[in-house]
Amino acid sequence: MSAHLSYGRVNLNILREAARKELREFLDKCAGSKAIVWDEYLTGPFGLIAQYSLLKEHEVEKMFTLKGGRLPAADVKNIIFFVRPRLELMDIIAENVISEDKMHSPRDFHILFVPRRSMLCEQRLKEQGVLGSFINIDEYILDLIPYDGDLLSMESEGAFRECYLESDQTSLYHTAKGLMTLQALYGTIPQIFGKGECARHVANMMLRMKREFAGSQTQILPVFDSLLLLDRNIDLLTPLATQLTYEGLIDEVYGITNGYAKLPPEKFAAQKKQGEVGKDLPTEPKKMQLNSAEELYAEIRDKNFNAIGAALSKKAKIISAAFEERHNAKTVGEIKQFVSQLPHMQAARSSLANHTSIAELIKDITSEKNSLYSFSFHVQLTTLHSSFIYLFYLYLTRQVTSEAFFDNLTVEQEFMTGVDTDKVNTYIEDCIAQKDPLIKILRLVCMQSVCNNGLKQKILDYYKREILQTYGYEHMLTLNNLEKTGLLKPQTSTRNNYPTIRKTLKLWMEDANEQNPNDISYVYSGYAPLSIRLTQVLARPGWRSIEEVLKMLPGPHFEERQQLPAGLHKKRQQGENRTTLVFFLGGVTYAEVAALRFLSQMEDGGTEYIIATTKLINGTSWIKSLMDRPEAP
Amino acid sequence: MAFITANWNPLGEAFYRKIELYEMGWSLRDGLKECLVAAAPYGGPIALLRQPQRPSSSARPQLEIYSSSGANMASFPWKSGPVRQLGWTVCDDLLCIQEDGTVLIYDLFGAFKRHFSMGNEVVQNQVLEAKVFHSPYGTGVAIVTGASRFTLATNIDDLKLRRLPEVPGLQGAPSCWAVLTQDRQTKVLLANRADLYILDNTSCTPVTPPGLSLQSCSIVNMAVSFSYKYLALFTDSGHLWMGSANLKDKLSEVDTKVRTPPKQMVWCRRPKSQQPSVVIMWDRLLLVAGECTDTIQYTLDEESVCVAELDGVRIVGGSRHELLQEVPSACQDIFKIASMAPGALLLEAHKEYEKSSQKADEYLREIKEQSVLGEAVRQCVEAAGYEHEPETQKTLLRAASFGKCFLSNYPPEPFVSMCRDLKVLNSVREYTVGIPLTHTQYKQMTVQVLIDRLVYRKLYPLAIEICRYLKTPEYQGVSRVLKHWACCKVQQKEEPDESIAHAVSVKLGEAAGISYSEIAARAYECGRTELAIKLLEFEPRSGEQVPLLLKMKRSQLALSKAIESGDTDLVYTVVTYLKNEMNRGDFFMTLRNQPVALSLYRQFCKHQEQDTLKDLFNQDDDHQELGNFYVKASYKEKKLEARLSLLQSAVDEYNKAKNEFAAKATEEEMKLLRFQRRLDEEMGEALLGLSLQETLHALLTSNFHKQAEQLYRDFRVPDKSDLEGAAEAAIERRSEGEISTVLSRCSPTTDRALLERLNRARSTAAKK
Repeated sequence: MSAHLSYGRVNLNILREAARKELREFLDKCAGSKAIVWDEYLTGPFGLIAQYSLLKEHEVEKMFTLKGGRLPAADVKNIIFFVRPRLELMDIIAENVISEDKMHSPRDFHILFVPRRSMLCEQRLKEQGVLGSFINIDEYILDLIPYDGDLLSMESEGAFRECYLESDQTSLYHTAKGLMTLQALYGTIPQIFGKGECARHVANMMLRMKREFAGSQTQILPVFDSLLLLDRNIDLLTPLATQLTYEGLIDEVYGITNGYAKLPPEKFAAQKKQGEVGKDLPTEPKKMQLNSAEELYAEIRDKNFNAIGAALSKKAKIISAAFEERHNAKTVGEIKQFVSQLPHMQAARSSLANHTSIAELIKDITSEKNSLYSFSFHVQLTTLHSSFIYLFYLYLTRQVTSEAFFDNLTVEQEFMTGVDTDKVNTYIEDCIAQKDPLIKILRLVCMQSVCNNGLKQKILDYYKREILQTYGYEHMLTLNNLEKTGLLKPQTSTRNNYPTIRKTLKLWMEDANEQNPNDISYVYSGYAPLSIRLTQVLARPGWRSIEEVLKMLPGPHFEERQQLPAGLHKKRQQGENRTTLVFFLGGVTYAEVAALRFLSQMEDGGTEYIIATTKLINGTSWIKSLMDRPEAP
Repeated sequence: MAFITANWNPLGEAFYRKIELYEMGWSLRDGLKECLVAAAPYGGPIALLRQPQRPSSSARPQLEIYSSSGANMASFPWKSGPVRQLGWTVCDDLLCIQEDGTVLIYDLFGAFKRHFSMGNEVVQNQVLEAKVFHSPYGTGVAIVTGASRFTLATNIDDLKLRRLPEVPGLQGAPSCWAVLTQDRQTKVLLANRADLYILDNTSCTPVTPPGLSLQSCSIVNMAVSFSYKYLALFTDSGHLWMGSANLKDKLSEVDTKVRTPPKQMVWCRRPKSQQPSVVIMWDRLLLVAGECTDTIQYTLDEESVCVAELDGVRIVGGSRHELLQEVPSACQDIFKIASMAPGALLLEAHKEYEKSSQKADEYLREIKEQSVLGEAVRQCVEAAGYEHEPETQKTLLRAASFGKCFLSNYPPEPFVSMCRDLKVLNSVREYTVGIPLTHTQYKQMTVQVLIDRLVYRKLYPLAIEICRYLKTPEYQGVSRVLKHWACCKVQQKEEPDESIAHAVSVKLGEAAGISYSEIAARAYECGRTELAIKLLEFEPRSGEQVPLLLKMKRSQLALSKAIESGDTDLVYTVVTYLKNEMNRGDFFMTLRNQPVALSLYRQFCKHQEQDTLKDLFNQDDDHQELGNFYVKASYKEKKLEARLSLLQSAVDEYNKAKNEFAAKATEEEMKLLRFQRRLDEEMGEALLGLSLQETLHALLTSNFHKQAEQLYRDFRVPDKSDLEGAAEAAIERRSEGEISTVLSRCSPTTDRALLERLNRARSTAAKK
């Protein structure tokens, strides 16, 4: 279930195990049968820590979703509320507790606050007169959740909005606490680098907390050599661009939440057993877990989508060859060996089928619909050869991308290369006129603004007016939010420093090689994410070489050292790589993750990266989190 | 070395020894006569309540506290009511149980701490007898009242009085009684003449000890062992019964031939005891009775008190303080005359070696031939731990060290840690410190507790020395001692705040894990608020500062500390506190100076108190946000008029904020809403709430060209050029999307024929 977490450079399973242990301990504190009442928001993140089976082992018999009114009947001794410390949730809990049938066999109430207990909430419960009804009030410190072998996420959706729009630094406090937990398990991180206001704030809190815990720290040889804290708002551009890695595109098109993607079911229909192919296509979306536990996925997730075809076909060949082996198996021993490999091969085959389906789904969106391609080919389960031919055909012929997708990409790339960013863009105008999804428009307009270091007042007003007139006046508030966060802004100085940044950091690479990448720019087919360039430069040759550019980006940049207890200084072997934890405050995209993985794998890179973030985002989910929709009565 | 066994007395297979710990430093004229005495186990302090020399109405008894070596720590006249019993808590606090059931608690230096009562009914009936006992739950007190009722408090720090059931037939005090802790329950065992009862929370059960032969005799004394596992009963026929405390097994019965009821009786055992015994004390006689029915008799030349210990009995007298214990087997093996145990041989070998005699080699050979050198070293190390005399310890350790040289791979830890332990023990046994701990007791009580004990005695430098010497983690060691020192320091009333704060900060410095807030809390308790605030400044954990600051009503400071900590929950807590405490104006002003708190409070208001949010924006003259606020509010209104008036307010605010765009856009929205309503009313359309483009589109598709035209003019929708060309192209391509684009660009001035063609083309395209 969690083996893939242990294979990385840093064994993140330790963190998961620590979290599980704590959960078990809490559950055992409430002796007897129990029912959990969930704050719905928490179920996703908890799924990454523990499955239902673990809860069941500890006598959890029922699970409910937290909602007002009376709690559902359940013959259990304990009712445990798993909630975030939010006042509105406290009111619901109070309602639950008050309307509990006293005559019925009494049930014990407990609260588990995630990730931290809050005096404010307890005060609210007290005001509601129910605080005394709880036997246990505890906290479950769940800040950083292991998301994959090299990836940690706090799964905190609102972090960017809270930090940059509402100046609520709660999530930064949790970040600092999470990093302290991490250091308790993996040793003190000797060096901290950072760029941005929030990064500075987190580093300050970490240093302060270290002083507070002074004397009680554990003697662990540091696993991480350095920590890099990056504010999302130093690089607003990257998330706005369409990700072009396989995983990134799945996220862009279908969205990946808590490690799961919901895919349209039609393409997976044929995977049912041959015999029962009926007319009834499944209507429920297919939920697929996407992580490095799946061998094939780990191999292809970070490739540019244009290289997926080749990768899949190569894989198909290998698998088909492996199945052909059976003809060569002559002796009983050989047959036995073949049979023993069968489960693995079958898993690989079904994995391949799944990803071929997903790739095809995405292709449908990114390529022009053409009757030639839309024939169903799910028979490949039984006839691998035909699928191979299909793939060969599909990918070795010239790629035809759909006009909409292609046009959008072209405009994005124009902006990123600085073409006509100071004029009203006709493509955006047309999209508004066609009433394309608002988020798409906002992504493009924001991108233009960011690439031009703000838009001329006249142009900005024009876009805003167009948006309000087409999509409705209610988006006034959203536009205001975007302006507040700096995603959209009027040009204040005449100087546009984006070209300087682009040139110095080589953000645009003309000859991005999508098939065999030699630079991180492959993840956006030409654009190298600014955040990752900063990371790359920090590792070699160091930030001193780009002082000028750093000054152009918002917020301070800094370096801090944390004293290690004597005897814990790591003696690095020759050629041993450094391990850096890169923390994106306010979210990171899958494409950025892919770029960091690419850097980790570079032969002469010298640094391996573990990635942590408040939330995995893409342009759509990001902009959505910043939107304000006034509710009609 | 023969003299070592000089004070050994055989008891069955084992030996008992009585060693002198101290010559008492006190000068008591009448010894312990006419004194109420309480001596704490683990070499703890001794309290005496001495009756006045000449009883008169004005004379007061004197309460005195001494260390185990008789050094005076406190002495003051007793001014409260008559005291029945003295006792010590596990934290070295003195309990004085008065006749009226009040229990007064003093610290080691005689400073009054607090008091509590053993119940109201006691005031009338009075306490006849009382006992202080220790259990895993802490220190407890048990009393029996004039009404022959027992009351128990298991833990005086978490006082829960339990009145035990009545004992049938009991009048006045029982002949003797004891407190037992069994199965996590505290019970009272009592004897009323020949009858024995166990009293627990709910019942009083008569019990009979197995094999107590003389039923007719009454039980006059009883003793429970240190571990509550064993029980000894003494009958008026002079018989001593020994058995398990659960009264299931009998160990032995001894006839002491003394019929007088003893003054005191205590168990004398040690872990892995070969021959456990009971020590019985009469006026002039001390008798040690073992399981084997043997006895040892000592004459007592002065009034004494026995103190039960984990591994023996201490005998405190007017001039001497002695330890009576079974000789541990390691010591027996080594020092027993003519012993051939490995340890004894090794000691002999080393002795010869010191004399540069070749016999050393012979002894060594003998040990090595039996390959028991490891065992020999182990014995010497262990025995060193049991010896009180540093010289003997050294001799044994040297022998062990000598033996170690001939062993490869012998683990060094036991030897090294024994050396360390002994160094610590010798330093606390020192006369001036006066804590006569044995090695066994020390291991049981742990270094942490020993440090605590030293701290209670204000022996800070020694405590720190020991922490440093044992390399105790700062957090548990030095820092803890320094904290206690500082807590004590802040109580020095004569020193000014400045110099105390300075002294504390200099001494504590950056010591790890110091909780300045605890020290500050202590200062505040003593009424030194200013000092407390000064001390809080040194606290690195802002979170810890906040509650105390709030308590001291320094809410402004609390707010800035909360902000410093970064813990938003803490900020919220202070903010809610401030909100309830201050008037609104001051509250807002306070927030205004603390942007972090202000934005958090705004968040709070956004979800909880919309009106306050408006006030906040108003106060800050934040017109932009006020505008937004009105816009948001307008969507909550059902009635159009109310909605329009809110939007008008928004326009005003946007104008004040000099946000022309927003003002204009809002005005246009109002105009559009009015227009939509008119059309809805006139034509029965449902346009209200649509965007401008949607409205235009709806009008055009419903063939309200005139109205569309007006709208187009009113709102000066930008003209799109080359419409016709685009239209033609779109129709030709039969692309629905494209046609829609063109349609949306159409204005009322567009040729109707073209519009219709476009509409037709779109529907055909859509069907496809």
